Amino acid sequence: MSDALLAVAEAPPAAIAPRADSLLRFFTCGSVDDGKSTLIGRLLYDTGSVFEDQLEALERDSKKFGTQGDNLDFALLLDGLSAEREQGITIDVAYRYFSSKTRAFIVADTPGHEQYTRNMATGASTAELAIILIDARKGILPQTMRHSYIVSMLGVRHIVLAVNKMDLVDFSKAVFDRIVAEYRAAMSELGFESIISIPLSARDGDNIATPSKRTPWYHGPTLLGHLDTVDPSFADRSDAAFAMPVQWVNRPNLDFRGFAGTIASGKLRPGDEIMVLPGARKSRVTRIVTSDGDLPEAGAGQAVTLTLADEVDCSRGDVLAATLHRLTPRRALTARVLWMIDEPMTAGREYIIQHATASANAHVATLHYVIDIESFVQKPADALAMNQIGLVSLTCDKPLIVARDRGDRELGSFILIDRLTNQTAALGVIDLDAASALEAAAMPADSATPHSPGIFTRIAGAPGSPERARFRQELMVGAPLAAALGLLAWAISASLPAGIAVALADIVARPALRATVKPAPASPDDTIDPGAGI
Amino acid sequence: MMRLSHLQSLEAESIQIFREVAATCEKPVLLYSIGKDSAVLLHLAMKAFYPAKPPFPVLHVDTTWKFREMIEFRDRLAKELGLDLIVHINQEGVKAGVNPIDSGSRLHTDVMKTQGLKQALDKYGFDAAFGGARRDEEKSRAKERVFSLRSAQHRWDPKNQRPEPWRLYNTRKRPGESFRVFPISNWTEADVWDYIARENIPVVPLYFAAMRPVVERDGALIMRDDERMPLLPGEVVQNRMVRFRTLGCYPLTGAVESSAATLPDIIAEMRASRASERQGRIIDHDGSGSMEAKKQEGYF
Repeated sequence: MSDALLAVAEAPPAAIAPRADSLLRFFTCGSVDDGKSTLIGRLLYDTGSVFEDQLEALERDSKKFGTQGDNLDFALLLDGLSAEREQGITIDVAYRYFSSKTRAFIVADTPGHEQYTRNMATGASTAELAIILIDARKGILPQTMRHSYIVSMLGVRHIVLAVNKMDLVDFSKAVFDRIVAEYRAAMSELGFESIISIPLSARDGDNIATPSKRTPWYHGPTLLGHLDTVDPSFADRSDAAFAMPVQWVNRPNLDFRGFAGTIASGKLRPGDEIMVLPGARKSRVTRIVTSDGDLPEAGAGQAVTLTLADEVDCSRGDVLAATLHRLTPRRALTARVLWMIDEPMTAGREYIIQHATASANAHVATLHYVIDIESFVQKPADALAMNQIGLVSLTCDKPLIVARDRGDRELGSFILIDRLTNQTAALGVIDLDAASALEAAAMPADSATPHSPGIFTRIAGAPGSPERARFRQELMVGAPLAAALGLLAWAISASLPAGIAVALADIVARPALRATVKPAPASPDDTIDPGAGI
Repeated sequence: MMRLSHLQSLEAESIQIFREVAATCEKPVLLYSIGKDSAVLLHLAMKAFYPAKPPFPVLHVDTTWKFREMIEFRDRLAKELGLDLIVHINQEGVKAGVNPIDSGSRLHTDVMKTQGLKQALDKYGFDAAFGGARRDEEKSRAKERVFSLRSAQHRWDPKNQRPEPWRLYNTRKRPGESFRVFPISNWTEADVWDYIARENIPVVPLYFAAMRPVVERDGALIMRDDERMPLLPGEVVQNRMVRFRTLGCYPLTGAVESSAATLPDIIAEMRASRASERQGRIIDHDGSGSMEAKKQEGYF
């Protein structure tokens, strides 16, 4: 048998020591000419990740396009598109890969120009850590604020403030301290978990891989030292309750029906009870199927195929979850949205929303305000233009299963797609806190108690809410019906008070019944609608 | 808490991409080039849909100048895995006598590979084609999205790529447009070999060092795989201990001298290497922007 052809991998894999076992995804951003590409080029170079033939090409290109005189222009290692090399700027996000002794890294090098903000957001959205680069001569610029805001919005929690070009300010401690203090003060409301500041010269390599002799006053880690040891894990993701958006239904034959998807949070074992959302149909997991055999357990981030004990109705876009604790089905969403196409967004327009594996039609109900992301000030606006961020309320034509926690990347984020051009028009981050704040603000002072609405509010809905509008509508339809019912009761019982009582009971009981039977929606317009996800 | 290992998280990302295409595109196809990246790609596809077979065929665009061992390997693997394998050859190119030796690498690659691929995609009406390209291979690939939209003429517009935030892929397109989809975008050469070892994935034996007949040409070691490659004056075929880091058309693929005959040897050699894997690829050296230009024209 000539099986040897296929069976070449005979050596036991155990003979190979694993390379770096953990993976860190980070990205760099800064203003034009801050030296982002130079910094990454330097990281690649200092970790020995630039190959000799690439180095030769770099030498050639440095002479041809370089901006560093006779020195190597590390930026040319990264700017891969012809237009970028011609113009000496970064247009699109570039991904680079390198390893230290302990870690593998994926770096997204992102453009600083405002017109390419959408590309920057692409790079930031998968990063666990961001390096915000600052030119020591210029200090904090409007772009620094813009980038930091976007980073925070996209769910990055760890920041390295890289104060670059320290060689051009004589490695001044005073300059460094002033920039760091200003940055920390400016970022206080963005909720970063850690901000580590490092004085650098990317061009010369100071504090990149080895501590610089030129900054004797600095005692913190080098950049590489920090990247090697930082723990950016989203601890809550695997400790949270199990949730998995169904991506694809696997039906190879009549005997097998599996639900394939990537686990968004929590852990799962065969035998666990789950429900299918929306609709809360209940079942139990029987198997976690993989080609390497069934798994005894699976956790957040793993791509799995599950089988269930019952023939429940379940398809792409549904979410399998252990409890409703951290999830909520919503048609009405309030979100911070980054607009990414030329044609501005205005209230009244419709887009396709894609959220986890579900998609729906989304109507823009309200543009509450635009955020000036250089000062973080909210301003009223009629339209959201390209590269602007605004707080928007959307109404979807079916409920989406969204995370209650802020910053949940799997079930708290979405994109909007333009129906005509198919362009990705916006990315959005659902903000339930903002939604509650808006609701509270919309209520008059006497009934502004969002957590314990009065009996009338529970029956009739908050003033100005769709619930209240529905109540008013029911009253208009219901009043004549109730009157007719009352007349009928009067005729039968020959008692006027009895007739009035029946009519009143009818008019109050219908909406009251609705308010109590419904599982206390968090937002007025929410309904759990079985089967709506099909 | 449980944090996935490096390879586990790359694998999960790739499987998610495969399933997204299966769920949202009408007629996907997996482009299979027989190399190590294709081997990993195919393995991931088998995993993504298990116990079902991948719900799409496998396409090999054959330039007729692949190493014989590659073709043998392809046919055997397709049979063993029960794959729906489509082999497409640009017959117009064959009739016109295009070949890597007389026509030059640029014309040969354009006609037999790029045009051949477009022909096949149009012929079968595929609307999404998986490819094994990795961002660490080349600078313009480093810039490409996972879902790369191509016009009805198969062109890539690098200045106008769709944003691709989180893992939300916009898979909508107009009739005639298609996607190139790169599930192993974020893998490096080292990851590919570590995964091949971990999963025991079969690869073409040409990756392992053996005595092979080679000639030195323009600084590269070219294996004379059959009689179609004429020897230039002064060239002598020598048997040397060599292996290949990448596989393509044999007259365009340089071997490296190596004694790495097993997977652990290869991995050890690669970790110590100071040259990038595409060093042996003659088609990449037509100028720094050459891959970008080829990609815009529809090359993978």
